[in-house]
Amino acid sequence: MIRVAVVGLGKMGLSHLAMIRAHPNVEVVAVVDATGYVLDVLGKYTGLRTFPDLDAALSAVEVDAVIIATPTRFHAPMVRSAIARGVHVFCEKPLTLSAAESVELASLAEQAGLVTQVGYHNRFVGAFREVKRLLDVGAIGRVTHMQAEAYGPVVLKSKGSTWRSKRTEGGGCLYDYAAHPLDLLSWYAGAPRAVGGTVLGSVFSEDTEDEVFGTLFYDSGMHAQISVSWSDESFRKMTTRITAIGTMGRIEADRQEVRVYLRDQAPALPGYERGWNVKYTTELTEPVWFYLRGEEYSAQLDHFVRRVSGEETEGLNGFASAAVTDRVLELLTIDAERGPTTTDAAAAPPPPVRRGRRGRRA
Amino acid sequence: MDRLLFGDNQFFGVNHMSEEKARAQAMRFQEIEAVIEVLDAAYDEGITTFMCTTHDRIAQVAEHVRANPDRYPDFVFSPGMPYAHKYADAVTEAGMLGALKRFMPEEGLVNALVRGGKSVATKDVEGIITLLVDAEMAMFRGLRTPVIWLQNVVVDLLLGLGFVEAFNIFDRHVRERYGAEPGFITMNLPMLLDTLEAAGIHNPIVCSNINKIGFRMSGGIESYTRALEERPVRAVAMSVFASGAIPPREAIEWVAAQPGVESIVFGASSRANIRSTRQLVDELMPPLTAR
Repeated sequence: MIRVAVVGLGKMGLSHLAMIRAHPNVEVVAVVDATGYVLDVLGKYTGLRTFPDLDAALSAVEVDAVIIATPTRFHAPMVRSAIARGVHVFCEKPLTLSAAESVELASLAEQAGLVTQVGYHNRFVGAFREVKRLLDVGAIGRVTHMQAEAYGPVVLKSKGSTWRSKRTEGGGCLYDYAAHPLDLLSWYAGAPRAVGGTVLGSVFSEDTEDEVFGTLFYDSGMHAQISVSWSDESFRKMTTRITAIGTMGRIEADRQEVRVYLRDQAPALPGYERGWNVKYTTELTEPVWFYLRGEEYSAQLDHFVRRVSGEETEGLNGFASAAVTDRVLELLTIDAERGPTTTDAAAAPPPPVRRGRRGRRA
Repeated sequence: MDRLLFGDNQFFGVNHMSEEKARAQAMRFQEIEAVIEVLDAAYDEGITTFMCTTHDRIAQVAEHVRANPDRYPDFVFSPGMPYAHKYADAVTEAGMLGALKRFMPEEGLVNALVRGGKSVATKDVEGIITLLVDAEMAMFRGLRTPVIWLQNVVVDLLLGLGFVEAFNIFDRHVRERYGAEPGFITMNLPMLLDTLEAAGIHNPIVCSNINKIGFRMSGGIESYTRALEERPVRAVAMSVFASGAIPPREAIEWVAAQPGVESIVFGASSRANIRSTRQLVDELMPPLTAR
């Protein structure tokens, strides 16, 4: 039995708690939240032991692993506490608000021999795993360009104020939404060497961005574009898409399916033919022990449990990999602040770049 | 319960297989008349129970049925609540309490809760649950709703958390206030049946993915078959065709052979598909004799 503490009882925390408590090899020994009401209801109705802060919990009960699902700005200190006590850590995404700190935490955890994982659940989506497999075997030849997109209906009017609407706390479309497709790019293509043309645009929010666009450049010569909005009502729920264009074909994927076009020159691939192929989620998804809101959420927790118990050594979504994505988030923020770099020089000398609060040009 | 229940996923652009198909469906059903037309086709095929969410657009369907009692003498709604996306998005936007406030008909209760801070009394939780149910049920006033469902996102969240008392509260409220039977939709049928039994909710009405290829049957087909065999249960099978992965005849033949399965809920957009499904069910799953 792995003894687990869950910290943070927001939307993600509650859902992690429900899934992990149902895991046959896990005992939830503590739940932690700073606010009284949700904690109090849980304590009263579920028999779980509750604590107002992580240190109190770690002092009171023996814990093997902790699941951290607090607002992002609290991640770093909590991860430090856990590592200091030799506790394995699953942390929600993004890992921290500073890539340097994420790298440091990754190295601290590695020195302590601890298992780490960050909640980039898309890497556990059958369709996106299939894309990874196809790219790794060179199914579409040399990839020249990728497109990573995410759209959804989160902020549809100028209203509402939670930590998710404040950039300083790790809210905003970049950290909350774009982090997911960007992490898929990190998985597929590694760390970019440069970014350009970044736009962090506001549609409705006053204190943060609602849309993210930009270009990423890789050492291999490949480039990628990111296009994300959380203010798009035409999508019923968050929808993430990946497109890869290669010399021998094309891959398009969303959570439901993978569509692959293979040219005649493409290498032979079992289960795939020349021309268009479609693989559906029903054939790409592994069953899980407990389903709440998508197999990937269960699968990522199971992966963490198996790694903590030593059943699996190959780790997906460790801190080091999340630090790569955190760095991309930083680069995009810096690039957006700079604004456009190539202007219409023929018509007039470049005007001074006006630096908007969020990198928008007025 | 009827052998065949008509679902509403197809009206809202829900398709577990393809976003492209989902969009095509969403477009087709943008006008409520198109929805009513398909419901009429199902009704005229003898499928008179509409198992639906509490999406705002269902209120229009309810209004239409209320306004035309002669056209729909046998029409039955079987609503499932809550419509989860609207709550989930509200939580993202306004936080847990903000969302609760937004959907509570009486804000005073939530405010009292927050002021009370650490002491949440049992009656408060019961009050919140029952008020939320009443708010969702308002659109069905005057219509027949013999079975009222709790949606799987909520059932499975409560199930995982071990918040069993909430099932009892829902069960009591639905029976007392609406004279209806509670139904529980779940993606974790074996675990739910164990939990409901322990909570004293016997022979429950449940709805779950039950299909030949085990698609979204958490715990595996064998554990489902065992649970259906061993537990007294009235099960409604959904995702019977696993989003089209299983040919219709093969799919229904398999489900018909499962113990405890009383009904199938399915969605279709054309009279031809509705009829062929009904014919298959008539043939392979004849009406229940007394069990």
